[in-house]
Amino acid sequence: MAARALLTRKTLASVLRNDAKPLGVGIAAATHSRGLHVYTLPDLDYDYGALEPAINGEIMQLHHQKHHQTYITNYNKALEQLQDAVAKADSPASVKLQAAIKFNGGGHINHSIFWKNLAPVREGGGEPPKGSLGWAIDTHFGSFEALIQKVNAEGAALQGSGWVWLGLDKELKRLVVETTANQDPLVTKGPSLVPLLGIDVWEHAYYLQFSNV
Amino acid sequence: MNWLSSSSTAASTFLSPSALLPPPTHGFSSVTFKVWKKKNRCIRKARRIEISAKFVLEPPPYPLNALEPIMSQETLEYHWGKHHRTYVDNLNSQIDGTDLEEKSLEDTVVISYNKGDFLPAFNNAAQAWNHDFFWESMKPGGGGKPSGDLLKLIERDFGSFEKFLDEFKTAAATQFGSGWAWLAYKESKLDVGNAVNPLSSDEDKKLVVVKTPNAVNPLVWNYYHPLLTIDVWEHAYYIDFETRRPDYISVFMDKLVSWDAVSSRLEQAKARMMEREKEAERKKREEKPRSSEPNPEIYSDSDAELGADE
Repeated sequence: MAARALLTRKTLASVLRNDAKPLGVGIAAATHSRGLHVYTLPDLDYDYGALEPAINGEIMQLHHQKHHQTYITNYNKALEQLQDAVAKADSPASVKLQAAIKFNGGGHINHSIFWKNLAPVREGGGEPPKGSLGWAIDTHFGSFEALIQKVNAEGAALQGSGWVWLGLDKELKRLVVETTANQDPLVTKGPSLVPLLGIDVWEHAYYLQFSNV
Repeated sequence: MNWLSSSSTAASTFLSPSALLPPPTHGFSSVTFKVWKKKNRCIRKARRIEISAKFVLEPPPYPLNALEPIMSQETLEYHWGKHHRTYVDNLNSQIDGTDLEEKSLEDTVVISYNKGDFLPAFNNAAQAWNHDFFWESMKPGGGGKPSGDLLKLIERDFGSFEKFLDEFKTAAATQFGSGWAWLAYKESKLDVGNAVNPLSSDEDKKLVVVKTPNAVNPLVWNYYHPLLTIDVWEHAYYIDFETRRPDYISVFMDKLVSWDAVSSRLEQAKARMMEREKEAERKKREEKPRSSEPNPEIYSDSDAELGADE
């Protein structure tokens, strides 16, 4: 149910054309005076209210302007601190910052992918996948419905905060459904995994509309 | 006399004096314990009498709207009525027919933690326990400062009440993702296997602030006695505070914390520690006579020097 509303053909097709880079390539980045990229919040391709009634505008706005922005702000901060620590050869600090980078950087990557995965119905949002993606889904999961069931089950079973992913294993050449905790990007589950579709199952992604359902 | 029932109470809002009682250990599966608890609350139960080892969803010790305007009734209705209830219901179906069925909730949590390799029941058991503990950590008109022994210990172990507040709020705000922040009383054991602190004294027991992810709580670590918790899963504050977790934490400390509950938990923890120490002492004394028999080969001035009790 959730997956059906979220898949878009356009962006996924481009990924299967062997665009090896994740969809986050479009992330806007300014340049810091010290040569360090400063990340900025990417715009959505649609209005906040454009996904109603599936996801309401209030959630989209909060999610985008508050949560995602916070990850970006903290990511920039952590990167700056890391640059300082490395320059000063401060190993304990460098290592300590890894957690903040994984969390905030992961949050930024994941949400950037997330916005691209969604589209208003009039632009094709919610339509079942066709072409090579549809074929791949049928091969690896049996049917689109089976995939939806699997994704739903994994998402519901996830304890606490995390993401459910439909990913491509580049080496084994197969689709997989995986979950990651907190803001861990999919690549933390395997270096050859490429995210195709991510569903944010942090409570902030749905609480105001769905409560704990 | 057998007011037993396996279904959770029909009344969802009623005031109970148990807010000021020392929170009992959650031995829901004990038959007599259940009766005692129920008598205090004067609940009218369903007529059907059924003896069951299952856990029951207890309501918070105050009506669901009693924490307004800080924590809304809507939040309590979802948080307690849906989330907490789901944990309890799912736990009951998970332990059905297993040997966890006969254990208390605390025991279930520790057993299913399984040294970090969680058994399936862990998440539900721990979350059920955590939420009971959480409701009892708050009260209407709460907040302010602690007093007595608790305040003395806080000042001793953190420097000042303000420094403790700072540390607690920071822990709660920096727990990535879902989790809990705790004030706990730690015994003076070394955290290394069975190492014993040879110079243990009352000074070595101390209050600490810790944070845990998802469902984990300090019960699963040896020698930690939880005293206070705040739920920082997003579902705990999203309806009332949206993204503003730090605001929720501040207001929780300012206006919701039940220092009475924390103090009485401290007393309970101290009593338990003393029990444990007495047990350990007793065991040591029982083993002593064997090893303290003087070696007949050793000459000494006086027999009293060898094997004397200290």
